[in-house]
Amino acid sequence: MPIVDDALIGRIFREESGRSVATLIRIFGDIDLAEDAVQEAFALALRKWPVEGLPPNPGGWITTTARNRAIDHLRRESRGRELLGLVVEGTEETSEEEAGPVQDDRLRLIFTCCHPALSTEAQIALTLRLLGGLTTDEVARAFLVTEPTMAKRLVRAKHKIKAAHIPYRVPSEAELPDRLRPVLAVLYLTYNAGTGGPSGDGLRQEAIRLARSIVSLMPDEAEVAGLLALLLLTESRWPARFAADGSLVLLRDQDRTVWDRTMIQEGQAIVRACLRRNRAGPYQIQAAINAVHADAASIEATEWSQVLTLYDQLLAISPTPVVALNRAIAVGEVQGPRAALALLDDLDLADYHLFHAARADLLRRLGRPADAARAYARAADLAPSDAERAFLFGRLDEVGRRGSERSEALRS
Amino acid sequence: MPRYLLSVHMADGEAREAMTDEQMQHSWQEIQALETDMKSAGAWVFSGRLHDADTASVVRVSGGEVVTTDGPFVEAKEHLGGFYIIEAADLDAALGWASKVTRTISAPIEVWPFVDTAGG
Repeated sequence: MPIVDDALIGRIFREESGRSVATLIRIFGDIDLAEDAVQEAFALALRKWPVEGLPPNPGGWITTTARNRAIDHLRRESRGRELLGLVVEGTEETSEEEAGPVQDDRLRLIFTCCHPALSTEAQIALTLRLLGGLTTDEVARAFLVTEPTMAKRLVRAKHKIKAAHIPYRVPSEAELPDRLRPVLAVLYLTYNAGTGGPSGDGLRQEAIRLARSIVSLMPDEAEVAGLLALLLLTESRWPARFAADGSLVLLRDQDRTVWDRTMIQEGQAIVRACLRRNRAGPYQIQAAINAVHADAASIEATEWSQVLTLYDQLLAISPTPVVALNRAIAVGEVQGPRAALALLDDLDLADYHLFHAARADLLRRLGRPADAARAYARAADLAPSDAERAFLFGRLDEVGRRGSERSEALRS
Repeated sequence: MPRYLLSVHMADGEAREAMTDEQMQHSWQEIQALETDMKSAGAWVFSGRLHDADTASVVRVSGGEVVTTDGPFVEAKEHLGGFYIIEAADLDAALGWASKVTRTISAPIEVWPFVDTAGG
């Protein structure tokens, strides 16, 4: 019997609140009512469970309690009583099992949260708040805005859902490709937001958890599986990503023995299943690239030609400058730094720190330390996180020393 | 049933590519066909095309007096050129009609929900 403390209840809240909120929105058609009722149910759980022990089905208990709370609220308002007559006729006597979540509720909710008529910022905020069970303050901190700013953003987004009648349903087969894209983008952005800030662990885990649940809800969508594999394979390297001083460690310098083997195995199994399905998409290809890296015992042992082939495919599907940059880096490993540098010259990425970091690395390998130093300095200027800046300044120091030695030699 | 305004914005002075009579005829027929679809689906409430912005007038209260001036109210490069008012089950249905309109007239459309009125 586990000890029922606030930490355990907090964990259950994280895992279950999305389902409960989604189910209540289906029943009552009102997001605020659903959110408030689920909050109240958890407040009650915090008082009751430590004394009485966990109920056999904590998620079901939360949903049923929240539903009863919502009905109480509606009874107290005259307008609510009308609504109640319309929407929950006959549901009052339902048992815990019957009030339990319909699997599709969360899926419906994520398509509502990630509706293309909402801004990307609003999509991410709603998804983390309603499905991820994060508090407004937690969402605000993850995106480096104040709590009132985030609260306003959420209120505005929820108002738009209500006023514009953004539907609460899974899109039809025909709409699905367009509608799935923002959902996957939101999960990917959520994961990436977790690679910088202090509350990062939670965001990355949340993105993986939501991706996992969408995979189980839409097992036939190859790109959803591809995204989950990409997140798992990226996350597997997390323990090796930072040095003791907090600076970033590049893939080539990472201690591969601390990579998470369980995640790698799961990610690679998904990639293999995707290959069998043969319906390639950008997330699946990126997952496959990460699967190749996960196979290699060292940077030298990496099958770079395979990586390059995959980048060729990715560039054909999504011809963006960032993909072209990553492909050029692979070219640098297969054909050497000179060929890669020529490719970079054609890219319009002057404001992207990784462009300058990649250029600096190629210049360094070509024995042009002064040019490399300038590129590292530019990259450090643009870098969004302390860990990346620390890494880039380290590199700058290295090539700067060599560069100044050389220029002194030239002068004398 | 929710109501939506689909508003079509036209850029002032930006001469659209001159259409041949035949193209104009074709475009007009397409718009007519779309309106017929809207009507038979029960979505159409009202629609209209507006004259150019320099034909608009503004009436406002200034110092307690109602003053009439040459319009439009908002000085902008783009102005309302026409609109549809439709009924649709939800935003996706409204966006579906808006997609068809924008394809037909090759101009962007704004989709605005009306405030629900009692019984509306």
